[in-house]
Amino acid sequence: MNLLRFFSRPPQSAPAARDRLQVLLAHERASAGDADLVTKLRDEILRVIAKHVQIDDDKVSVKMDRGEKVSTLEVDIEIPFDAAKKRAEAAKVGAAKVGTGKKAA
Amino acid sequence: MGKVVVITSGKGGVGKTTTSAALGAALAQGGEKVVVVDFDVGLRNLDLVMGAERRVVYDLVNVIQGEAKLAQALIRDKRVETLYLLAASQTRDKDNLTPEGVEKVISALAGAFDWVICDSPAGIERGATLAMRHADIAIVVTNPEVSSVRDSDRIIGLLDSKTMKAENGERMEKHLLLTRYDPSRAERGDMLKVDDVLEILSIPLLGIIPESMDVLKASNVGAPVTLADDASAPARAYFDAARRLKGEPIPVTIPGEKRGFFGKIFGRKAA
Repeated sequence: MNLLRFFSRPPQSAPAARDRLQVLLAHERASAGDADLVTKLRDEILRVIAKHVQIDDDKVSVKMDRGEKVSTLEVDIEIPFDAAKKRAEAAKVGAAKVGTGKKAA
Repeated sequence: MGKVVVITSGKGGVGKTTTSAALGAALAQGGEKVVVVDFDVGLRNLDLVMGAERRVVYDLVNVIQGEAKLAQALIRDKRVETLYLLAASQTRDKDNLTPEGVEKVISALAGAFDWVICDSPAGIERGATLAMRHADIAIVVTNPEVSSVRDSDRIIGLLDSKTMKAENGERMEKHLLLTRYDPSRAERGDMLKVDDVLEILSIPLLGIIPESMDVLKASNVGAPVTLADDASAPARAYFDAARRLKGEPIPVTIPGEKRGFFGKIFGRKAA
């Protein structure tokens, strides 16, 4: 094993540094002046959802994954069971009783 | 009018002050009239690196506030006749630097010197933006290391948007100075290579300063590295960079590239 290690080239770290920098800087240059894009997106998405469902701030996770060609924004929101149930019931009963559903602040 | 050069980097500790002292001295050793200006108000160090720490009476803030005349604040180097230093204030903070005051001092210096070398503080705050504001040429000092390269990219963005040149629609002349380069580590693939950094930052290369004990030795005794030992590897690299800055077409050599057979065997542990 040690002999193998002696003859094989050790793994290089510089290519990783170069690749990580290229991906990161491509994004930073593109979003210059709009550095808070993720924050803005998160706030607006949450506001829209909160209009319809009551959500707990602690049960929201927002993740960003920056890739070379495509980036993903992952928003994971836990919707409480009773909130969803009430909505469903209200929908069954009809438009007249929608007003009793929970209203988010 | 002399040329105003800002030595900048974003990240701290990459060699801005070393470079300001060495390039300033190298230009002056070639007969040019040079002043190096420390913009790091509150954390001045250029005086120490140049060995003039005991001779500072007035500083940049004193001049800006009208408490001293420019001529009183300029400290002449004891080794090179045409080299001067304008120190930063150690006791006041950077809020004492006003855009109008800085502009006045820089234009007065540009009228009297061939080169005005502005040593920028780290960061992207007031001191750094004022140091670059009136520059004709920017030298971006970068280490072959991810955080330094990222910060340099950010600084290049600021040079292209927040300087007088940029605001007047002109192009800021930018150069990359790669410092603390260790050819043997780059060769092994454990340090970003010159071409990697150049490809990422895409600004022209002014020079490569090899990692060397001589830099620390020079600052220990308070001498720019080009004065402390003019035959050392970093001194030679700075002399070449100074000549390129003047427009001489000197090809950039990558340190360690011409290493011979014995160098390959014994050179691994160098520096």
